[in-house]
Amino acid sequence: MAETFAFYLFSGLAIVTSAFVIGQRNPMYSVLLLVASFGAMAGLFIQLDAPFLAVALMIVYAGAIMVLFLFVVMLLNAPTEDALQYDRTHPLRHPVVTRFGALLAGVLVIQLAYALLRANELRVPISGRADGTAVSSVAELGRVLFQRHVFAFEATSILILVAMVGAVVLARKESDS
Amino acid sequence: MDLKFIIELAIIGLTFFMLINASAILVLAERKIMGFMQQRYGPYLVGPHGALQPLADILKLLFKEELRPKGADKWLFTLAPILSVTAAFAAFSTVPWGAETTFFGLLSEPVKLGVTDINVGLLVIFAITSMGVYGIVLAGWASNSKYSLFGGLRASAQMISYELSYATSLAAVILLAGSLSLRDVVDSQNVYWLGFIPRWYIFLQPLGFIIYMIAGVAETNRAPFDFPEAEQELVAGYNTEYSSVRFALFPQAEYINMATMSAVATDLYLGGWHGVPFLENLGLGWLIFLAKVGVILFAYIWTRWTLPRYRYDQLMHFGWKFLLPASVINLLVTAALFLYLNG
Repeated sequence: MAETFAFYLFSGLAIVTSAFVIGQRNPMYSVLLLVASFGAMAGLFIQLDAPFLAVALMIVYAGAIMVLFLFVVMLLNAPTEDALQYDRTHPLRHPVVTRFGALLAGVLVIQLAYALLRANELRVPISGRADGTAVSSVAELGRVLFQRHVFAFEATSILILVAMVGAVVLARKESDS
Repeated sequence: MDLKFIIELAIIGLTFFMLINASAILVLAERKIMGFMQQRYGPYLVGPHGALQPLADILKLLFKEELRPKGADKWLFTLAPILSVTAAFAAFSTVPWGAETTFFGLLSEPVKLGVTDINVGLLVIFAITSMGVYGIVLAGWASNSKYSLFGGLRASAQMISYELSYATSLAAVILLAGSLSLRDVVDSQNVYWLGFIPRWYIFLQPLGFIIYMIAGVAETNRAPFDFPEAEQELVAGYNTEYSSVRFALFPQAEYINMATMSAVATDLYLGGWHGVPFLENLGLGWLIFLAKVGVILFAYIWTRWTLPRYRYDQLMHFGWKFLLPASVINLLVTAALFLYLNG
């Protein structure tokens, strides 16, 4: 009973806050609502017997990345997005581009509907392991991450490093030219 | 509704009560110690030797008018202090402060002194303290004032920079203890070398302890790293526009964060409630714990009134180019030695 209630509470919160992230125009509120949505998701992860994932989500996304977002929003000092004055000549507003975006959104909806309709056929345990034991302990998770998936893990970290170097190069001011 | 459940609830209530009072006692201790260090008495008139001064301060703040600047964000201006103080209280939820006890034989089953004990306890503390920065950043932004905004910006940059060294220094202890639960970490230190030297992690991790303490001072925004409220430059920083109860919550959050930081340091590096077998056998290990926390808190206050504030670029330089490499090297050396000796 309590678990069902908590599930609906957290999923409801996650959906409502996520909707308001794009549903209102103050970028500051958007960042905070996204943090709230991460919090609700962390609650769902705990219900799925994955406390480490929940805490990692809070530390990495809510605690570090969103603070950076907040930092940027504060520095830009944009009080509200002005929907009435948007630039109609912007390349992203070209009819071909917008129609392509609409097509992608349609595909996403179909995909989601298909996945939801087939959800009952799937009987895979949460952990995805054959014997059905959950990977909930941190030690177990570390072993899986650093032994079975070590290549993917290292490849991801190199990808992030490359992206970071790229960002630094793009943001650097050319002082000697 | 059995006795054990009621006792456990009482322990949670007691922890909350201790934290509230910790902030009051720390305010008094800070002003008294500052007074002695500057060769004056400090608060002296309210109660014997000024002992009731915090009560007078709180009453004064409660009866002040609550002001909100024109142009301030109505919701976030109120939310910011609440967030600050909630995060400060919540961070203590996985910090144990005493051994399992039956209260001198009162209970048939022992209960744990502390709010809760979960297997990722240390990470929970880390996650919640990193939430605490939102209170300060939002206070800075919502006040609609230049000084507050700069205080908030500095807080976010500083806390992100020092969180890394903080977490890396903790990782070395986790590696030695082999558990993320603070209670397990404490109990793994209940070993003695040669029968009398306690095997505390401060002796195995001296560099890690120093890094933890420095990063902890920066995380709680205390001098010499109190840039978010640097009074010579920013009036009072992020809380410039606050008054009354809303203002009172910020220093309260700061003092509770200090208490949490010291309690975690005691659990991780100083053996928690272990070290004096005589008191432990009596079931009074928590007294040892409180004494150790008190020593660290004194060091906090001592530092504040001894060292001048850094410059902002020095803070960033120190955090990224010295503290972070030092903590990474500390972790790598610890891991290599651990593998060599145990593997």
